[in-house]
Amino acid sequence: MWIRMLTAMLAGTLLLIALLSANAEYRLFMPGLLEGAVLTVEITLLGAVLAVFMALIAALAKLYGPLPIRWLSTTYIEIFRGTSALVQLFWLYFVLPQFGVFLDAFVVAVLALGLNIGAYGAEVVRGAIVSVARGQWEASIALNMSKAQMLRRIILPQAFTAMIPPWGNLFIELVKSTSLVSLITLADLTFKAQQMNQSTLKTVPVFTLVLLMYLAISLTVTIGMRLLEQRASRGLTRGRVA
Amino acid sequence: MNDMPMVRFENVSKRYGALTVLDNLNLDIGRGEKVSIIGPSGSGKTTVLRMLMTLEAINDGVLWVDGEPMTHMMQNGKLVPATTKHIRRIRAKIGMVFQSFNLFPHMTAMGNCIEAPITVLGLKRSEAEERAAELLDMVGLSAKKDHYPSQLSGGQQQRVAIARALAMRPKIMLFDEVTSALDPELVGEVLQVIRKIGREHDLTMLMVTHQMGFAKEFSDRVCFFYQGKICEQGSPAEIFGNPKNERTRQFLNAVLEAG
Amino acid sequence: MWDWTFTFEILPVLARAAIMTVEATALGFVIAATLGLVLASIRLAFPVAGVVVTVLVELIRSTPLLIQIFFLYFVLPKAGIVLDAFTAGVAAIGIHYAAYCSEVYRAGFENVPRGQWEASIALNLSPWNTFKDIILPQALPPVVPALGNYLIALFKETPLLSAIAVLELMQTAKNIGSETFRYTEPVTLVGVFFLVMSLVSAGIIRMLESWLQRR
Ligand SMILES: Nc1ncnc2c1ncn2[C@@H]1O[C@H](COP(=O)(O)OP(=O)(O)OP(=O)(O)O)[C@@H](O)[C@H]1O
Ligand SMILES: [Mg+2]
Repeated sequence: MWIRMLTAMLAGTLLLIALLSANAEYRLFMPGLLEGAVLTVEITLLGAVLAVFMALIAALAKLYGPLPIRWLSTTYIEIFRGTSALVQLFWLYFVLPQFGVFLDAFVVAVLALGLNIGAYGAEVVRGAIVSVARGQWEASIALNMSKAQMLRRIILPQAFTAMIPPWGNLFIELVKSTSLVSLITLADLTFKAQQMNQSTLKTVPVFTLVLLMYLAISLTVTIGMRLLEQRASRGLTRGRVA
Repeated sequence: MNDMPMVRFENVSKRYGALTVLDNLNLDIGRGEKVSIIGPSGSGKTTVLRMLMTLEAINDGVLWVDGEPMTHMMQNGKLVPATTKHIRRIRAKIGMVFQSFNLFPHMTAMGNCIEAPITVLGLKRSEAEERAAELLDMVGLSAKKDHYPSQLSGGQQQRVAIARALAMRPKIMLFDEVTSALDPELVGEVLQVIRKIGREHDLTMLMVTHQMGFAKEFSDRVCFFYQGKICEQGSPAEIFGNPKNERTRQFLNAVLEAG
Repeated sequence: MWDWTFTFEILPVLARAAIMTVEATALGFVIAATLGLVLASIRLAFPVAGVVVTVLVELIRSTPLLIQIFFLYFVLPKAGIVLDAFTAGVAAIGIHYAAYCSEVYRAGFENVPRGQWEASIALNLSPWNTFKDIILPQALPPVVPALGNYLIALFKETPLLSAIAVLELMQTAKNIGSETFRYTEPVTLVGVFFLVMSLVSAGIIRMLESWLQRR
């Protein structure tokens, strides 16, 4: 039901973009903006992979690691949640070189955004793990599983379902925060928009198209996550007996 | 070694902060013996089983299983607190069935029964499935093996949980009020299964129950717990027929009146 | 690596910029909290207009704040409304977070039991009085912590104002960097400022939350 409405919105957005670009004034900007959109999507995808990876590691470390590891993970989570994404991006971009570390702007972008969202994701993962019913742990102990076996086979698969909606929100945040990479000279959607705006002063067409494109990307992410959610929860609630 | 009982609680105490839940408990359970634990709410019955399953740490004393200390291990002739590895080796002899079933909701009945045999015992999938199929058959659920817990009634879920525990080939089985969460008409089918494994398997069984009739008919010995201590124990005939302790009498009167 | 003399030299400059950041946060949040309440109330009172609000909120939440800042800064002048960078930026931040806040208020409204509306009707209270005197006082306190979390989130997004050259902390740090070719101290100090402020506010919100629960 929800998914159908979201899909309709996505179709509407794409249609609107198509209709607008029938107009010559708008069509002019399409190739450049699409180029930017590709970079935006690339950074989103790689950032998402890094974020999920970091979130899992940090959450498990914070829950089950030895004390020093737990501190390390808490420090990572608090620093990346406590400072702003743009500050992190600038820090990696401007300050790291002063320590002799030179990274490509693209790498900096993926790193900063992935680490940022990963820190929020760590709390999501941790919350989902601790919300798995106590009885599930106890049954696993009674079956003599090792901690790793419990986590991998019993706890994480159940936590997974609970994690999908909050991860959906985080991925939207990620899509939106990719716009910050325009400020470290990467030619993403926002950068292209700024550039075209300055060179042509056709502010309304440029920003309208860009907003619609971001909307399309965000809607795609939301729909994907809703589908995943549906599939994952099927196993847990399949044809409940009265 | 073999004249050691299957389970021995030796001066075991359990405290939650200032609250002493079990006070210096001494209890032996023989090989193949079937012991029922009864007593009022909060008397520490569940705690006894949970300590034996290592779900709760003990504060004092030593717990022995099959002739070996479980909570401790021998080092240079002295008992020292056990390592995880030691605990896991001993724990392999014990299985437990919970009041609230605790089946894994993301796995089918079959999946629940083969998970630990494969990951913990290292059985091949086919071996594990063969054994699980036998056990599901024994609890009368062959037809439901591909169902998920959410598709099963409470009684069916509890029978799967019993098969799951047996699939690990324990020597000792713990049952904590396994029929309390069930609708009255489903209690019978689960008790029937417990009777059957009591007959067909060579198991030491320790069960907490409020089903006095079942305790009377099934167990070799009944222990009445009161405020963290064994207040009275003996054969079902003694306890139910001729309780010596005033508290036991009061408890049984109250329960039988309500039942 | 780290130059303390330089640090103490730039500290006063950054402190002044921090005031600008705090001002932007406060103004932005006032807009977010009030506009958010208005949006949520419209949804509650006028289901038809509510659909428009819902779509608008989704739109705002699905697109980057940075684009919205640019949009207000560059597009509004075309409509004859010329705003200075600070005003445009703060308005954009406020509107962006109003969308989030409206969801928080909505949850607050939904948590007030139906019976409260029904009892008010039974007492013949006007809808406006019911809303103002019965519903709002019950809906607001529980959502204060959630609003507080958005205040922190909003605060951490103020560096985006540097994109339209508002002289808040981040822009000031960048300016210092490009003048002196030393980025380590200014950018790190900005990070530390945000970290300390967020941790302190998160602590305050936790205290507030447990106080609300005990009440
Ligand atoms: N995790 C815990 N923290 C603090 N107290 C606990 C905890 N678990 C149990 N207790 C207390 O220990 C006492 C014994 O609990 P236990 O669950 O063993 O009782 P029981 O005999 O099984 O009762 P019931 O018949 O109600 O199941 C109770 O007073 C209980 O409140
Ligand atoms: Mg109990």
